[in-house]
Amino acid sequence: MITIDAKGLPYRELNEKVREAVAGGETEIKLANVNGQRYIADAIDSPVQITIEGVPGNDLGAFMNGPTVIVHANGQDHIANTMNEGKIVVHGDAGDVLGYGMRGGKLFIKGDVGYRVGIHMKEYKDKVPVIVIGGTARDFFGEYMAGGTLILLGLDTGNNDSDQIAGNYFATGMHGGVIYVRGKLEDYQLGKEVAVLEVDDSDRQTIEKYVTEFAGDLGLDADDILKDEFIKIKAVSHRPYGNLYAY
Amino acid sequence: MKTYQLPEVRIERDKDRCINCGVCVRQCAFNAHKFDEDGEVYSEDEKCVACQRCVSLCPTNALYIKDNAPFVKDNANWTAETQKYIWKQAETGGVLLTGMGNPKPYPIYWDHLVLNASQVTNPSIDPLREPMELRTYLGSKPDHIEIEMVNGEPVLRTKIAPQIMLKTPILFSAMSYGAISYNACEALGRAATELGTFWNTGEGGLHRNLYKYAPNTIVQVASGRFGVHSEYLDAAAAIEIKIGQGAKPGIGGHLPGEKVGPAVSETRMIPVGSDALSPAPHHDIYSIEDLSQLIFSLKEATEYTKPISVKISAVHNVAAIASGIARAGADIIAIDGFRGGTGAAPTMIRDNVGIPIELAIAAVDARLREEGIRNRASIIAAGGFRNSGDVIKAIALGADAVYLGTAALVAMGCHVCQKCYTGKCNWGIATQNPYLEKRLNPDIAAERLYNLVRGWSHEISEMLGGMGINAIESLRGNRLHLRAVGLSREEMDVLGVQVAGSPMA
Repeated sequence: MITIDAKGLPYRELNEKVREAVAGGETEIKLANVNGQRYIADAIDSPVQITIEGVPGNDLGAFMNGPTVIVHANGQDHIANTMNEGKIVVHGDAGDVLGYGMRGGKLFIKGDVGYRVGIHMKEYKDKVPVIVIGGTARDFFGEYMAGGTLILLGLDTGNNDSDQIAGNYFATGMHGGVIYVRGKLEDYQLGKEVAVLEVDDSDRQTIEKYVTEFAGDLGLDADDILKDEFIKIKAVSHRPYGNLYAY
Repeated sequence: MKTYQLPEVRIERDKDRCINCGVCVRQCAFNAHKFDEDGEVYSEDEKCVACQRCVSLCPTNALYIKDNAPFVKDNANWTAETQKYIWKQAETGGVLLTGMGNPKPYPIYWDHLVLNASQVTNPSIDPLREPMELRTYLGSKPDHIEIEMVNGEPVLRTKIAPQIMLKTPILFSAMSYGAISYNACEALGRAATELGTFWNTGEGGLHRNLYKYAPNTIVQVASGRFGVHSEYLDAAAAIEIKIGQGAKPGIGGHLPGEKVGPAVSETRMIPVGSDALSPAPHHDIYSIEDLSQLIFSLKEATEYTKPISVKISAVHNVAAIASGIARAGADIIAIDGFRGGTGAAPTMIRDNVGIPIELAIAAVDARLREEGIRNRASIIAAGGFRNSGDVIKAIALGADAVYLGTAALVAMGCHVCQKCYTGKCNWGIATQNPYLEKRLNPDIAAERLYNLVRGWSHEISEMLGGMGINAIESLRGNRLHLRAVGLSREEMDVLGVQVAGSPMA
């Protein structure tokens, strides 16, 4: 385990140090005094554990392929951008467009998140990305979703005082994957490509599995969270725009 | 509903020549040729797309496809095409869909620009026997270089940004696996490798078996982020962020589920049969600053070892946008004019949005020069380049190199029938149907591509030599070697050229 002091370091130098440490075989890296440096753990391929103290900048874990990243503060925008494998845990709120085009791995945010979270996630066979949000989300949650699992818990764990669990245009353009919400959504909030369904036993197992892991990582009580009702949102078609064109 | 649409073409079959062999029946995925109950071949005009596959393969030359434009009474406004579009939409309620580039009779500025040649003074150069340099480096060039003399030898002290080296200023344009077949991708990869240039994956990812061409591959990162992962980024020679495409500026794309079979599914990492949706914008890019963020995210991901290109459509404000892209840290700016092709686009967008590449190159090159940042990014021009004359004129207008898309497809056998979006390409190019795909032999297609670029490169050398120039670099942005014929003052101003007959300034 080594500690890298990020104080005053431009992102390029900080990330070079991280890559050097990974190349040198470090399995645990602590980044102290992080203050908005971008691209931390960008495209790193090893299963290293990176603990961040302070707020990391945008594109944390972009194209990431294996590491576990733990943030003991808030996160910013574009976390887990096009991420392939690994896990990111944020012990606070985070910004917009999290998990964009995510292909695999897990992203856990304890608090609230911004707009367009979990958009255009994909999946292929057993490679299924998972995002769990502890608090609430803004508009366009799960937009264009093509695969993977999104879980929105609506706990009072964040700093956003919104009384709605999610914003509008929820899952517009969704054509694959599944979203679970602990609570209710009004019809007007939903994209027209999706339907609300009841959770069945297999859904329940999926929710339990990920919520238990999420709660364990973030020091929350899983049983308490799982006591409440969940709904399932799925696409009505995997070809939402199949009838749009004149052939 | 009965259709009012008339057949676009008429299939003429010379019964004296036809031997009823059935080649045409087997070759047509659109079912325009059939056997009747008695085993006699007949044709249905309304199904024919005029791809000329049957005509090319008929062993007795018995087939001929004729234009069937109906007589429209004395009207330049309500043409046969206009009426056809209205009927099609009245019958389906859908968005008109098409393929390839803008076919409308807008001015083709290449045909109004002429090149110079040496006479008497400044003798011309014969490239068959004298050195002629077509080699082109794409990437950011430094503002100045520092050289230190060490033991009497000059040593370059400036760290040069990563470059890709092309043996000729021609690359193959982005065409995704999914839009085109595996064999077409393989042919492009092989030809690019043999030619010492590059092909471009488009936004559909890189098939596992094609990683062997990676040193000559530019990989794309588009809004759908299909097939993007660290191995893909690491393997490539350069990475291109696709913002726009000339055939459909401002909109995203839908690869229809029919084209997403097992291999496309694996390469794109989406389920079989699922539509592959590319959003109109990248949702992590809403500003030049955000673009810069993605550029540097990719540079970080690849440790600053490869040039990052940003591809945009040529639109009204292209010069200012290109300036922003250069300042955002892109090493290459690819600009796609409105004649650029596509596997599928709404017809109205293809035919009405964007500007000609000729004007865009000139505007961008002039703007970057004015701002003193032309060296920061190379320019690749794209969008309907038909021959080596167009290519060399683009370079004289200010491009570093040119992307070929449609011309490469035509070299492989495409007859520009504009039905790519149906997935039924009889030439085995724009299809994922295994039966059709097999028709494109990647060895032969690669050879045809190689031959085309070899021929064009020779022609470029000859034209350069004719101007008394021995390196393509010396022509770049050298608009004194161009003159305009039949253009307005305003057009000449944007192009930065003088009328033919005016002297060398």
